[in-house]
Amino acid sequence: MKMIIKNGTLVNPAKKEKKKTAIVIENGLITDITDNPDETGAKVVNADGMIVAPGFIDIHVHFRDPGYEHKEDIHTGLMAAAAGGFTSVCTMPNTNPVADNIETIRYMLERATGGNGVKLYPVAAASKGLKGEGLAPIGELKEGGAIAVSDDGKPIKNTDLLKRVMEYGSSFDMKYISHSEDTYLAEGGQMNEGFYSTIYGMTGIPVVGEASQIARDCMMAEYLDLPVHIAHVSCAMSVDVIRHYKKKGVKVTAETAPHYLTLTDQAVGGFDTNTKINPPLRSENDRLVLIEAVKSGLIDAIATDHAPHHQREKEVEFNNAPFGIIGLETALPIVLKLYHEGHLTIERVVELFTAGYSIMGVKGGVIEKGAPADVTIFDTDYQWTVDKNMFCSKSSNTPFHGFHVKGSVFATIVDGKVVYSREF
Amino acid sequence: MKHLLGIENLNRDQIMNILETAVSFDEINQRQIKKVPTLKGKTIINFFAEPSTRTRMSFEVAEKRLSADTYNIAVSGSAIEKGETLSDTALNLQAMQPDAMIIRHSVAGTPQLLAEIMDCSIINAGDGFREHPTQALLDAFTIWQKKGKLEGLRIALLGDIYHSRVARSNIYLLTKMGCDVVISGPGTMIPKEIEKMGVTVEKRPVDAVKGADAVMMLRVQNERASNLLYPDVREYAKFFCLTPELLKYAKNDAIVMHPGPANRGVEIDDVVMDGERSVVLTQVANGVSVRMAVLYLLLGGSEK
Repeated sequence: MKMIIKNGTLVNPAKKEKKKTAIVIENGLITDITDNPDETGAKVVNADGMIVAPGFIDIHVHFRDPGYEHKEDIHTGLMAAAAGGFTSVCTMPNTNPVADNIETIRYMLERATGGNGVKLYPVAAASKGLKGEGLAPIGELKEGGAIAVSDDGKPIKNTDLLKRVMEYGSSFDMKYISHSEDTYLAEGGQMNEGFYSTIYGMTGIPVVGEASQIARDCMMAEYLDLPVHIAHVSCAMSVDVIRHYKKKGVKVTAETAPHYLTLTDQAVGGFDTNTKINPPLRSENDRLVLIEAVKSGLIDAIATDHAPHHQREKEVEFNNAPFGIIGLETALPIVLKLYHEGHLTIERVVELFTAGYSIMGVKGGVIEKGAPADVTIFDTDYQWTVDKNMFCSKSSNTPFHGFHVKGSVFATIVDGKVVYSREF
Repeated sequence: MKHLLGIENLNRDQIMNILETAVSFDEINQRQIKKVPTLKGKTIINFFAEPSTRTRMSFEVAEKRLSADTYNIAVSGSAIEKGETLSDTALNLQAMQPDAMIIRHSVAGTPQLLAEIMDCSIINAGDGFREHPTQALLDAFTIWQKKGKLEGLRIALLGDIYHSRVARSNIYLLTKMGCDVVISGPGTMIPKEIEKMGVTVEKRPVDAVKGADAVMMLRVQNERASNLLYPDVREYAKFFCLTPELLKYAKNDAIVMHPGPANRGVEIDDVVMDGERSVVLTQVANGVSVRMAVLYLLLGGSEK
C-alpha cells in the first residue's frame, strides 16, 4: 500500500532540511521525497499546516512489564508512545524480574512484537539484580537484544563497579546510562532542597548530589575514553559539569525531561504526589538554565522518564507515594511551550526528540529515501486541555492534568503503518 | 474559614480575630465551672497519627469545655495499622459525619489531603516539619498577653529550626504581625533559604538573643543525633543551650518560651526553665483557650 503525506512542512534536522514537500511511503519504506508525487492508488494524508518529522524516540521509559502490569504493560506503554508521537522507545530495566537476564529481554521483545508496531529497545541492568554489586551478563544481554545498560532508578554507588561496567560493556559496545544521584544526600528526601522544601517542611534532595555524581561518571568516561549518557539532568549545577566535560571532548551525552523545563519545586506546594519525581523538580533558576542548555545543544535530547504508578499508590500521604510521573502523551505539547515562548525553533524541537537514535546507536531519526517509514506528523497550534482520564497509558499520574496546551500529534507512522492518528 | 491548615494562608485580621476571641475563653477558663454549651451536639474526632501528649490533651480539654462530643483515634490499633490507606480511613470517618477532625501526622501536607477528601473542618495539629498553627497562635497569644502588643517586638527562635513545624508556623505568624524574628542554631539545623521567610539568621545564639523581647527555644530531637546533625548532647548543650548567662543578653523583661517537651540541660537550662521569666506553663494554659477560640470560630458560627 502506497501512502503519500503531502502539503506538510518536512523538518528533517539530520539533513538540515525544512521545506514544504511530500513524502512517499511504500512497503514500509520512504521511497521518495518530492513536490509532485504520483497519487495514483495511494492513500493521501493531507498534512496541510503540519510538521512532518522523523519518528520520535523516547530513550527513557518505564513500562513496568514484567512484574508491575497494574501500572503499565508493554502494549499500553506502546500505545501511549504512539499517541505521544514516538515511534521508538527505550525501556528501563527495573521490572520484576529485573531485566538482567536474556529471558526477560526476550520476553519484552516478544511482547512488543504483538503490540501496535512501535519499536521497543530494552535497556538492560548494568549490575545483577540492580543491586550494584556484581556485573550483569552484558554480553548475553546484548545478544538477547538489549541496546545499553543502566541501573536506572538507582546510581552505581561503588565506583569500582562503575569502572567495570564501562570497561566490560565496551567489549560489546554497550553504553552505560547514568542515573546520577548521591543516595546519602538524597536519603529521606521528598523534593528539591531549597526555599520551597523549607516552607513545605519536607526533607530536601540537594542538587549537589546529582551534579557530583555526574562529575564522577564523566571523569570515568574521560579516564577510560569511553562514552557515557547522563539520564534526566535536572539542575544548573549538572549543566555546568556537562559543559566542562563536553568542552574537554569527553564522550558525554545528556537528556532532560519536559517537566524539568516547565515546572519548578514551587509546584509541590499543593502536595499533589504527581509532583513527586526523582530527580525532583528544581528551582526556577535551574529551569531557566536547562532551557538554555537544550537550546544550545549542551543537553542533547529530551526523554520523558515515563514512570507510571497506579492511582492508589499515588493517592497517599506525600512521603508514602512513589517517585515518578508519566510523560509520553504530554511531552510534545509541553516542549512546544518553549517553541511558542520563543526559546526553541521547531527544528530544535524535532532534533531533541530524535537525537536519541544516535545516542543509543539505533537506526532512525532521518527521513530519506530507503529509510524505514517512521514518521511523526504534528501541528504546533492545535489547542487542547490535558485530561488524565483520556490517556492510553494505564496510569494517570501526571502533573499536567488540566493544563491548556498548544500543539498535538496528528499521526504516528511506524514502518509505513499508522499506529496513531488524531483524525483519520 | 472552614479549615485551619496552617498560618501561611491567614492574614493579620484573621490572626487578631482568633487571639481576641481567645481572650473571652481565657476568662471562661479562670471560672470555677469551665464548661460552656457552645458546641453542644458537635462531633469532633482527634486523629493523632504521631505521638502527642500536650497537644492532644489540650484539644480534648478545649473540645469538652465547649461541650462537643469528642472521639480519639490513635494509629496503633486502628485500621491503618491493618493496612488501610489514610484516604480510606478518612472516607470511613467522614461517613460518620463528624463536624471537625483534628489531625496530627508525620507527613507534611496530610491535613490538606484530608481537607480535599472530607467534608468536615480539618484542623492541623502538626504535619511533618511544615506547620503547627495552633501552637503558633497560643505562642502569639502568650506574647501578646505578656507584652500587650506584637508589632515591633524582637523574637529569638533558637535550636532545631529544620525539623520544627513550630518554628515555621511561628515565623509565618510573627512576621505577619510585624515582629522582628531572629533565628539561630547549629548550621545543620538551619533550613536552606529560610531568610526568604523574612527572618534574620544569626550564627551565634548570643547575637539572636541580644535585645530580644521573647526567647523561644525549640526541642532538640535526641533521636536525631545519629543523623549527623550534631556530635552529641554534651556539645550541643555547651554551645546552644539557653543558660542564665545567655539570657542576660535579652531585654530585662524578656520572656522565655518552649513548646515542649523540653530536654532540660540540653536546649534549656533548668534554672531558666523554672525561672521567673519562663512562661512555659502559661503557654500550656493558653493552649486550651486558643484552641477553644479556633474551634468556636470554625464550628460555632455555622448554625447561626
